[in-house]
Amino acid sequence: MQLRWSTILLPACAGVFLLLLWQGIHLALSEDYRFLLPTPGAVVSALLDHAGPLGRAALNTTYGALLGFGLAIAVSIVCAVLLSLSPLIRASLYPFLMILQMTPVIVVAPILVLWVGAGLKSVIVITFLICFFPLVVNTTQGLISTDRNLVELFQMWRATKLQQLVLLRAPSALPYFFTGLRIAATLAPIGALVGDYTAGSSAGDGGGLGFQAIIYSSQAKYPALFATAAITCVLGFLFVAVVIFLSWLTLRRWHDSIERTDV
Amino acid sequence: MSPRIVVELADVSKRFPSGPLVLDRLSVEASAGDFISLIGPSGCGKSTLLRLIAGLTAPTTGQVAVECEAGADPLSSLAFVFQEPTLLPWLTVAANVEAPLRIRGVPAAQRVELRQHALELVKLSDKTAAYPRQLSGGQKMRVSLARALALSPRILLLDEPFGALDELTREHLNEELLAIRQQQAFTAFFVTHSVSEAVFLSNRILVLSANPGRIHTEVIVDLPYPRTAEVRQSRDYLDTVAQTSQLLRSIEQPAA
Repeated sequence: MQLRWSTILLPACAGVFLLLLWQGIHLALSEDYRFLLPTPGAVVSALLDHAGPLGRAALNTTYGALLGFGLAIAVSIVCAVLLSLSPLIRASLYPFLMILQMTPVIVVAPILVLWVGAGLKSVIVITFLICFFPLVVNTTQGLISTDRNLVELFQMWRATKLQQLVLLRAPSALPYFFTGLRIAATLAPIGALVGDYTAGSSAGDGGGLGFQAIIYSSQAKYPALFATAAITCVLGFLFVAVVIFLSWLTLRRWHDSIERTDV
Repeated sequence: MSPRIVVELADVSKRFPSGPLVLDRLSVEASAGDFISLIGPSGCGKSTLLRLIAGLTAPTTGQVAVECEAGADPLSSLAFVFQEPTLLPWLTVAANVEAPLRIRGVPAAQRVELRQHALELVKLSDKTAAYPRQLSGGQKMRVSLARALALSPRILLLDEPFGALDELTREHLNEELLAIRQQQAFTAFFVTHSVSEAVFLSNRILVLSANPGRIHTEVIVDLPYPRTAEVRQSRDYLDTVAQTSQLLRSIEQPAA
């Protein structure tokens, strides 16, 4: 993970250029349509004006995303271990995992509201549903992709099933797990946001960014709506950055993927 | 007194489910201290033979017997080295060598001692803290060998262990393997494609023919141990290599 001047300078230059382009487009629009694209300055000032509610909403969304993400990690690890035990279990359960993945949140949300009520619980469950699939699929793949020769060596050493899992299968599944984790990390804030949008509740200041987006669009506060979008973007970056850092921390010593920094 | 038999294969046949006959009624006796190379065309079942001895696969008919202490697990007297180093990439060299000992519940102090000794044998004592990916192909293979040696095996099974290495590294490792055997006596089964390697290392070479796998000829290599690099220039060595190569060609011809 070497930081070269180009990895900072090039995106910075491109960023400045894009901001200027943005401002330019705003100015190129006729006065009547400029509300469609508020200037970067207007977005920043909206961000400052609405710092209170946006900050609270961002915290709520982060909280929901973290809990759903964490729950998905825990449950997916347990499921992956179970699924890795036998091809029969995998064949029986994979179709249902697919069904879980294929069911759109828009349809699930009202059902969840019915079951657990609108608010944080629903947000957590929706985040969980969105994050779970990539995690469980990748981790399972990792657990069953262990080097055959190593498995045979472990057999010859008379390793127990548990030793085989802990000392061999789990560590060799780590790169796969982190691939799933990275995908899930991009999805977690989106999941929380969509969850909030479709099944959120503002009761007791519990509303998140999704709720805030509904409010701003209904009030035609477009710069604030853009500011909300910017915050969700930053939130997504933070989630992914933390996961990339953790994966680097865990794999840097032994896994080749880390040398060839990808992202 | 004739040396004791440590591995005995009696009338062993192996057929994989819905596959051809891989080994056809093969009988081999290995005495303590034998270094037996298995050589033959691909598909002659030489790797299968090793796997049978290792208990990784069961014979279809016949018996495989491996000497062990009364009531002990026959696997505890065996160690296996694959063509790939098959190291655990997330562990250091030291932890890799200790891994099987840890699994077998060897106490830590003894583990360290065995590991240090094994790494000395393969001349990698200075790499204990390195991770496998920091090592060269030859060094990885040495670690793999050290891991096997740390188990103090009576029988060492090697499945083309140096097949993926360059010629020079391979010759070095051959010499070292024999030097190690001076210090730590084991009976070896060694699968290889290289006639010169087989002649240099072994006292017995089993030349196998394919479809189905049978012992075609046994070549006795009558060169005295200890053998050093100079042996490769000796008349006897070169003659044996030439004869064995010719023998192998005569087997491979009909198939080709």
